[in-house]
Amino acid sequence: MKIIDRARFLLRITSTHGIARRYFVVNGFDGALTMLGLIIGFMVSDPPPVAIVISACLGAAIALAVSGVSSAYVSESAERRRALEQLQDAMAVDLGESFHGEAARWVPMMIALVNGLAPLVICLLIMMPLWLAHAGVSLPVAPLLSAVLVALVLIFFLGVFLGRISGVSWWRSGLQTLLVALVTAALITLIASD
Amino acid sequence: MVAVKRLVLDVLKPHQPNALVFSQTLAATGAGYRVQLTVSEVDEHTETLRIVIAGDALDFDAIESAIKRMGGSLHSIDEVEVHSGDDAG
Repeated sequence: MKIIDRARFLLRITSTHGIARRYFVVNGFDGALTMLGLIIGFMVSDPPPVAIVISACLGAAIALAVSGVSSAYVSESAERRRALEQLQDAMAVDLGESFHGEAARWVPMMIALVNGLAPLVICLLIMMPLWLAHAGVSLPVAPLLSAVLVALVLIFFLGVFLGRISGVSWWRSGLQTLLVALVTAALITLIASD
Repeated sequence: MVAVKRLVLDVLKPHQPNALVFSQTLAATGAGYRVQLTVSEVDEHTETLRIVIAGDALDFDAIESAIKRMGGSLHSIDEVEVHSGDDAG
C-alpha cells in the first residue's frame, strides 16, 4: 500500500478525515488572518523596511506552525488513545498490532502535520510578494499591499473550499470568509492607526 | 497433501474497516479465494460476522493474521472442508 493510500486508510478507519480537514481550514484561516493583521498593522504605522516585515511575519508563521503541530499532537494523541482503549474493551483483545493500533500511533502525527503546515504554507504564500520585493523584483503594487491582496485571495479560496466540502454555494462561502477578513482589516485600521 | 477447501468462521470485528474492505483483504490473502461475509449482529463498537472462505488450498495462518491485522478476533471455526490429494494413502 502506498504511503498516501495508507494514510487515507488510517484516517478512514478512525473516521478522522473530517477532523484533519477542519484543522486545515481553521488553522489555515488563523494563519491568513494573523498575516493580514500583522501586515496591515505595519501599513497603518510608519512602514519599516521590508526585511523587518519579513522577519516579523516569519516569526509569527513559525510560531503558528509549532503551536499547531504541538497542540494538535497532544490533543489527538489523547483522543486516539481513548478511542483505542474503548475499542479494546469492546473487543476484549489487544489491538496494538492491528490497523487500529497503527492508526492510534500515526493519525495524531498526520493531523498535527496538517494543523501545523496549513498556517505555515498559507503564511509563506502571503509573504511571497515581500520575498520578491526583498529580492529586487519590481511589483505592480507596493509589496505590503500585494501581500494583503494575496491574503484576501487565499482567505476567499479557504471559504470556497469550505463551501465545496459542506455542499453549500462556494461563492457565498468564499464571500463570507472574505467579509470576515475585510472586517478584521477595517478593525485593525480603525484601532491601530494614529 | 491435505488441502483446506472451505472454512466457516465466527469473527468479531470493529465497525472499521467495513465489511467490503474486510472481505477484500481476506480474499487477497491467497489466489482464487472466494469470500462470503454476513453481518449477523451489530453493537455500539463491534460487528459479529459469519465468514465463508473457499479456495483450492486455504492458508489458515494467513487468514487468521489478516483478521487480527484488521482488528478482528476469531471466535470459532464453525465448519471446515478439507480434501486429501490423490497421493494420500
